[in-house]
Amino acid sequence: MIEAAEKHMHQNEDLTSGYTTADGRRIGDVMMDLKSITLRFGGVVAIQDISFDIRQGEIRAIIGPNGAGKSSMLNVISGFYVPQEGEVWFRGKKRPSLKPYQVAQQGIARTFQNIALFEGMTVLDNVMTGRLNFMKSGWLAQTIWLGKASREETANRQKVEEIIDFLEIQSIRKTPVGRLPYGLKKRVELARALAAEPELLLLDEPMAGMNVEEKEDMSRFILDVNDEFGTTIALIEHDMGVVMDLSDRVVVMDYGKKIGDGTPDEVRNNEQVIAAYLGVPNE
Amino acid sequence: MSADFLYGIEVILNGLMAGVMYALVALGFVLIFKASGIFNFAQGVMALFAALTLVGIMEGQVPFSHLINEVFGTEVHHFGWHVPALLAIAITLFVMVAFAWAVQKFLFKHLVGQEPIILFMATIGLAYFLEGFGDLMWGSNIKTLNLGLPQGGSRVIEDMTAKLGGDDFYGFFIDKLDIVATGVAIVLVLSLICFSQFTKQGRAMRAVADDHQAALSVGISLNFIWVLVWSLAGLVALVAGVMWGAKSGVQFSLSLIALKALPVLMLGGFTSIPGAIVGGLIIGVGEKLFEYLIGPMVGGATENWFAYVLALAFLVFRPQGLFGEKIIERV
Repeated sequence: MIEAAEKHMHQNEDLTSGYTTADGRRIGDVMMDLKSITLRFGGVVAIQDISFDIRQGEIRAIIGPNGAGKSSMLNVISGFYVPQEGEVWFRGKKRPSLKPYQVAQQGIARTFQNIALFEGMTVLDNVMTGRLNFMKSGWLAQTIWLGKASREETANRQKVEEIIDFLEIQSIRKTPVGRLPYGLKKRVELARALAAEPELLLLDEPMAGMNVEEKEDMSRFILDVNDEFGTTIALIEHDMGVVMDLSDRVVVMDYGKKIGDGTPDEVRNNEQVIAAYLGVPNE
Repeated sequence: MSADFLYGIEVILNGLMAGVMYALVALGFVLIFKASGIFNFAQGVMALFAALTLVGIMEGQVPFSHLINEVFGTEVHHFGWHVPALLAIAITLFVMVAFAWAVQKFLFKHLVGQEPIILFMATIGLAYFLEGFGDLMWGSNIKTLNLGLPQGGSRVIEDMTAKLGGDDFYGFFIDKLDIVATGVAIVLVLSLICFSQFTKQGRAMRAVADDHQAALSVGISLNFIWVLVWSLAGLVALVAGVMWGAKSGVQFSLSLIALKALPVLMLGGFTSIPGAIVGGLIIGVGEKLFEYLIGPMVGGATENWFAYVLALAFLVFRPQGLFGEKIIERV
């Protein structure tokens, strides 16, 4: 069954060096290539022999019913989980088993399903933590605020302010994150991820629990990020309408297996996908 | 001004200076607790170990000399040199950083994600291990720490303040060592605050204290931060060990200063640096003043228990401490 889906996928992937989307954006080479990933927790198989790739500049969605292993997949990419089998290739190189912080330093930023922000810090401080890997001057110079350290801080601060403007959260810059409503927290988390100027941005259910208006805002931001910064984005989302509108290609998972992969239209008409979402009629 | 009133002020001044020392010890606890959720029972023994190491290095003692002599049948005790104080402090600091690294590498790295009570038990084990290790390394005899710090009451302050009162008042008696200790503690606390506010590592430290998962996702190595906070706690332990050691000798009882930090933590909150400072000052002044005013009525020696009773009363009304974060679960 998987072969069938794969064959289906390859039909629109005969262009080895990327493709052009319907709205005219150019999608480049493979940036992240996941090869036969298998992840087990004790006896439970969370991901079973899944392969797919993420191309430079595209918005790639991972969808599937609850418990399909989508978040586990994202955690494999961001280094929070280490798969038992399979290889992760990034920028044409096989990635050794890295710690999450090392993955982050490679230019892969992420947000979490349940929001992981520094609740005690202000919005500005939270976003500033995204710049930690851009601070190179010594700790002594930083303590006493000397020349290079001071310039560096100013430059980082400027970048952070740009992102804050971009995501329209200027009015809450100095507010401690703990006091913010859910929707805004999600946006601050996106801001912090963007502050790291990632090549690949992983979003775990960026629109979960939002109302229609907030969802529209978030969709707009995701498209703008992709468009203006050229950031490659992989996201997990439950809202089908959103997924179909946003993404260039979609991976569908069910019970830890890949059951579909292709453009939104292809996936929508895939029988297995329809069965996984709506159930198979009894015969 | 009446002499009693002036003596009261003197008591408060001495209390404040004692309080700064309590705050210093409490700070070591707060640093580690904030960043890793570990209540480090070994903080007091770390102070003892740091002081022992400092004395040993200064006097050119051969570490593990007893063991070496037993095994090899030699008779080495001293290298025969004396290391200048500043250099010895630098070497001791290096030893404390190495200790921090070893603790993380061989102990807590294997206990990530364990229950707090398990981590706490691990630090109790660590405390007794370090105590024995210190004895093995430097011997268990009582040592004097002679850094050349000024000792005894300050004549200058006494003379200057003598005129404030009448004939029955002889001026404030303030120990010079206490003044130095207070100065050092204040400098240390201020630089720790600057470090945690303005540097990349400090920012990362606060990030880890707040949320481990989020910290990982922005590229912070938890392992590095934990070694860093244990090193800082080692630095704090060194300063506390030096100051208390200079005052009352380097011996086992030095490790009991950790017990003095407990009521400070209950008062100030386990997660707050300003809390540790204010808590330390309140306990310091409180116990000295209580001893001065109420002590004579109840037969004295109130300093042994006053801090704990105060902390206990505090717990009833404000369990999270003065500055601790109140945890409100949204339902």
